[in-house]
Amino acid sequence: MSILRRNNVRVTGATTGRPVVLVHGFGCDQNMWRLVEPLLAEDHPLVLFDYVGAGRSDLSAWQEDRYSSLDGYARDLVEVCEELDLRDAVVVGHSVSAMTGVLAAAAAPGRIGALVMVCPSPRYIDEDDYRGGFSAEDIDELLESLESNYLGWSAAMAPVIMGNPDRPELGEELTNSFCATDPDMARVFARTTFLSDSRKDLETVTVPTLILECEQDVIAPREVGAYVHAAVKGSELVTLDAVGHCPQLSAPEATASAIRSFLSSGAR
Amino acid sequence: MSPGGVDDAGAEAPGIRPAFSSLLEDSAEDLYESAPCGYLSTLMDGTIAKINATLLGWLGLSREEVVGRKRFSDLLTVGGRLYHETHFAPLLRMQGHLGGVALEMRTAAGPRLPVLVTSTLKRGADGEPLLIRTTVFDATDRRAYEQELLRARRAAEEARQQAEADRAQLREALAVLQRSLLPATLPDLPGVETAGYYHTASPMELGGDFYDLFPLDDTRTAFFLGDVCGKGPQAASLTSLTRYTLRAAMIQDADPVDDLRILNRALMERYTGDDPRYCTAVAGVFERVGDTLNVRLASGGHPPALVLRADGTAEYLSTRGGMLVGVLPTAQFVEASTVLRPGDTLLLYTDGLTEARVGPGRELYGYDALRSFAAARAPAGSRALVDALTALLRDFGEGLDDDTALLAVGVPATP
Repeated sequence: MSILRRNNVRVTGATTGRPVVLVHGFGCDQNMWRLVEPLLAEDHPLVLFDYVGAGRSDLSAWQEDRYSSLDGYARDLVEVCEELDLRDAVVVGHSVSAMTGVLAAAAAPGRIGALVMVCPSPRYIDEDDYRGGFSAEDIDELLESLESNYLGWSAAMAPVIMGNPDRPELGEELTNSFCATDPDMARVFARTTFLSDSRKDLETVTVPTLILECEQDVIAPREVGAYVHAAVKGSELVTLDAVGHCPQLSAPEATASAIRSFLSSGAR
Repeated sequence: MSPGGVDDAGAEAPGIRPAFSSLLEDSAEDLYESAPCGYLSTLMDGTIAKINATLLGWLGLSREEVVGRKRFSDLLTVGGRLYHETHFAPLLRMQGHLGGVALEMRTAAGPRLPVLVTSTLKRGADGEPLLIRTTVFDATDRRAYEQELLRARRAAEEARQQAEADRAQLREALAVLQRSLLPATLPDLPGVETAGYYHTASPMELGGDFYDLFPLDDTRTAFFLGDVCGKGPQAASLTSLTRYTLRAAMIQDADPVDDLRILNRALMERYTGDDPRYCTAVAGVFERVGDTLNVRLASGGHPPALVLRADGTAEYLSTRGGMLVGVLPTAQFVEASTVLRPGDTLLLYTDGLTEARVGPGRELYGYDALRSFAAARAPAGSRALVDALTALLRDFGEGLDDDTALLAVGVPATP
């Protein structure tokens, strides 16, 4: 099984220029970048992929123990970078993948030369003086919501969706097929994401880093953005005039232009 | 009723018309406000711009508290809000429509309201998303039912895991018991090469085949191999009795026919009445004289032993006429003897091997095929022969559905 097939890797955009890897977070797949993609494609080769267990990745490659820690997801990212032999790439990680990018940058120095952290949070659960915004019970509630909502997922259709990466229209016929995920794998990803504590990892960042936060974001509130900004030395913080946790969908132009100006200025 | 039907009814039955007109007076506004489901419209950032009375009633909120002040996600539980932000909102953006999402709303009075939510994106003339229209259905009963289903599914999953653990434990216990019915290793005998193999048809069932080989004194060694009727615990108990009876008999008296008679009596005494149990067996003794082995063996209803010679031939050692052990008090057992010289090998086996089904027609593998197989490998040492047969058994795949025991005794070829 090649990594490219395993992670449903898609390379698009410019043929020359600094490569940009767009990494989806918990809840969806590489479709999350569909509005930003065309805005970056002209100047950068773009790499998109699905974590194993998400989107159209090869579900048979999923192992519970590997994907029960953020390191497992970071390994996916590193392995994609290695497979494509990327150098000095810019990793744009949304949500939990902002932290995955941090782990990958430490694991593969040279391959990842800059980070864009979109709505990052190194810790979702409140602890002592730290305010992540959630309690452990809140996370249990989310897991319940996941159990009650098998959006677009049906075990019977999964082989059709997953087994035909060349014929995505088979999957498109299903409603909510964009983010269809095996419920068991989604639950593991949810637990891994929302119970993670990567605050210490922020100190390991040595590459130029842009933090993008939204004006109002329930999942990664602004005080968390400030925390990340303070913890990552030399980082740049940009607050987008957007509401919600997915500015790449609700404010794609602003998101893309923030990334572009970061790359054209000090991201080296 | 079709619209035409209404007119007809009105024309023929004037009394219906007033009731019908009052129905028609159900204004769009009232339909919206008092609909049997909740309605709300939000701006793209989630701010609630319009909400109907039904939903306000369910939530215990006033219009002033909500419109322009709350976002849709503020109405949800925290877990639901997380779900909304990570799944609902992005999907709605991408698809323009999202239906049947189960969420919980917080009511002013405290209890949570389980709902099913459907949202549609309304776009302007330029295609830009303008607002989100959402309908909310009370799903209290449905959610209770779903919770029951989820609980049942979890219970079933736990039961399955428990059953799997139990199976693993049983498999382990059976494997231990099975091993106890076979020699852990065959003894190392000077000038003699021995090899044994046991194939268990199912790890969940104790096999009914057995073999053993043990020295009687400095030059003589006893051996036996057999197959008890049936499978499972009953067969294992019979195997145990058979093995230890034969072993004790052979230590006492090295005459193979006598030994099978003793076993016959033991089985007849143990299994009486309507529970007759029997076995087939070959028992024998070989004596080392110089670089040859003088073999004497007796068979009770068991397939004939096969002898591979150093010259590349293979022949069965006939013991035709030997009867099942444990059926008749006067059972006859047939003795045969042979001499193994350097390069010769004696093979004992159970009928799992010869009765395996092969080929598209699922024919019996049979004695001729076994002899040809062995002859093609002769001369072969005991280990090499048993290894070749083990590979053959593996190749049978599903065609092999019985336990199979192999025991080979030979004199290594002179170097």
